Amino acid sequence: MFIINCPYCGERDQSEFTAGGEAHIERPKQPTELSDDEWAEFLFMRKNIKGVQFERWNHAHGCRKWFNVVRDTTNDKIHAVYKMGEKPPID
Amino acid sequence: MNNKYSIFSLIKNAFTQHENWQQAWGNPEPKNEYDAVIVGGGGHGLATAYYLGKKHNMKNIAVLEKGWIGGGNTGRNTTIIRSNYLWDASAGLYDHALKIWENLSQELNYNVMFSQRGVMNLAHNLQDVRDLKRRTHANRLNGIDAVWLNTEEVKQYCPIINTSQNIRYPVLGGTLQKRAGTARHDAVAWGYARGADEMGVDIIQNCEVKGIKRNGDAIEGIETSKGFIKTKKVGVVAAGHSSVIANMAGLKLPLESKPLQALVSEPVKPIIDTVVMSNAVHAYVSQSDKGELVIGAGTDAYVSYTQRGSHDVVEGTLKAILELYPIFSRMKMLRQWGGIVDICPDASPIISKTSIKGLYFNCGWGTGGFKATPGSGDLFAHTIANDEPHKLNAAFNINRFVSGDLVDEHGAAAVAH
Repeated sequence: MFIINCPYCGERDQSEFTAGGEAHIERPKQPTELSDDEWAEFLFMRKNIKGVQFERWNHAHGCRKWFNVVRDTTNDKIHAVYKMGEKPPID
Repeated sequence: MNNKYSIFSLIKNAFTQHENWQQAWGNPEPKNEYDAVIVGGGGHGLATAYYLGKKHNMKNIAVLEKGWIGGGNTGRNTTIIRSNYLWDASAGLYDHALKIWENLSQELNYNVMFSQRGVMNLAHNLQDVRDLKRRTHANRLNGIDAVWLNTEEVKQYCPIINTSQNIRYPVLGGTLQKRAGTARHDAVAWGYARGADEMGVDIIQNCEVKGIKRNGDAIEGIETSKGFIKTKKVGVVAAGHSSVIANMAGLKLPLESKPLQALVSEPVKPIIDTVVMSNAVHAYVSQSDKGELVIGAGTDAYVSYTQRGSHDVVEGTLKAILELYPIFSRMKMLRQWGGIVDICPDASPIISKTSIKGLYFNCGWGTGGFKATPGSGDLFAHTIANDEPHKLNAAFNINRFVSGDLVDEHGAAAVAH
């Protein structure tokens, strides 16, 4: 449990948000040409990082907007929050 | 060779004030080379090593554990054992484990306190009723005992449940598996550790894996905090940290690691002599032999390795518990903890070879791995020894995420995964 600084609403409790998993997984541009391996990679395979991870969150009980979060999964500390479509502020 | 535990060894040791009991397992330093190395000294890993020695005559084996044995999810679960899964593949896997449980204390000469006190799964809405009835039929076709109980029969089986039809999620019935129950989770790790040690397995604690050395597509050995260990076969049973190990080998797994919580109350006199689980409201409860209520909560919805878990998750579970069991309203909760569970997209485990020769994974057990401990160890040992899966774990291969042949127990299992 932690506090997330929603880029639209400000600081709110994590329980107001829905986690959307790993960020920056691009939807295949040519789905018809994808092999089974590539589909598996897109649909199921995840980095599941122990450490700093880029992920999507949705403010489900607030503005209902999606945005990105950079969070350390070893201590749940949030390093950065940025809007959809923006470049990650840190590497 | 360990002494056999018996009434006679108990009496004999009583004469010397129990000061001369042998160590149950050794504390060796790692050798330079092993025939196989198991990464992870929890129940599944120790069971794997035990069955490799016992059934496949592989004695030159090490189990590496970064902490202490049984200190991970083996010591953090709610000890529930059942096999009432919907699909044939899952039913085969979990009932294989349940059959081993039934004789495990005798086999290991170690009391794992397996108690077939029954597991009841409650239905709270019409869809639950349909799903659970369907599951009892599927179970019986697979030779697994299962019965449907109506509301009165649920009340009869566990009188403290509030079966009033005026609560938010009234009890509309439930299923019962009488062969199901609980076991003492620490004893399972200790029993398998003692058994494996007797087979000649080296159990190396406080030894963390730092890297996996590959030569092309084959395993050469592993880097550990206690130096390099040469081996051709590595079996990874690292639960929540499976992805961390996979990343070392350059593999990606279809897993997400999340904290799963449990809590226990202060100890009280016997009040509930079975295990009651409720999928819809996510509350399950049993009573330990010490008298504590053992309550399982849900997972956090985000990836985290913190072994804590969020307060709102516990709150949600306790609300449901209180509605179902008003008698617990003044109980005090003593301890709460979290374990990191590795969840597969289809909520079924992976017991499989990988694209790297000699590297095997046993992971993805998610929120329900404890019940499978003996079966998982047995089948994983078979897979490692023969470089081929047993027919019972063939469906749980890693390629199912490519082929699409998933074992989709999500929601179909008796409790939310």
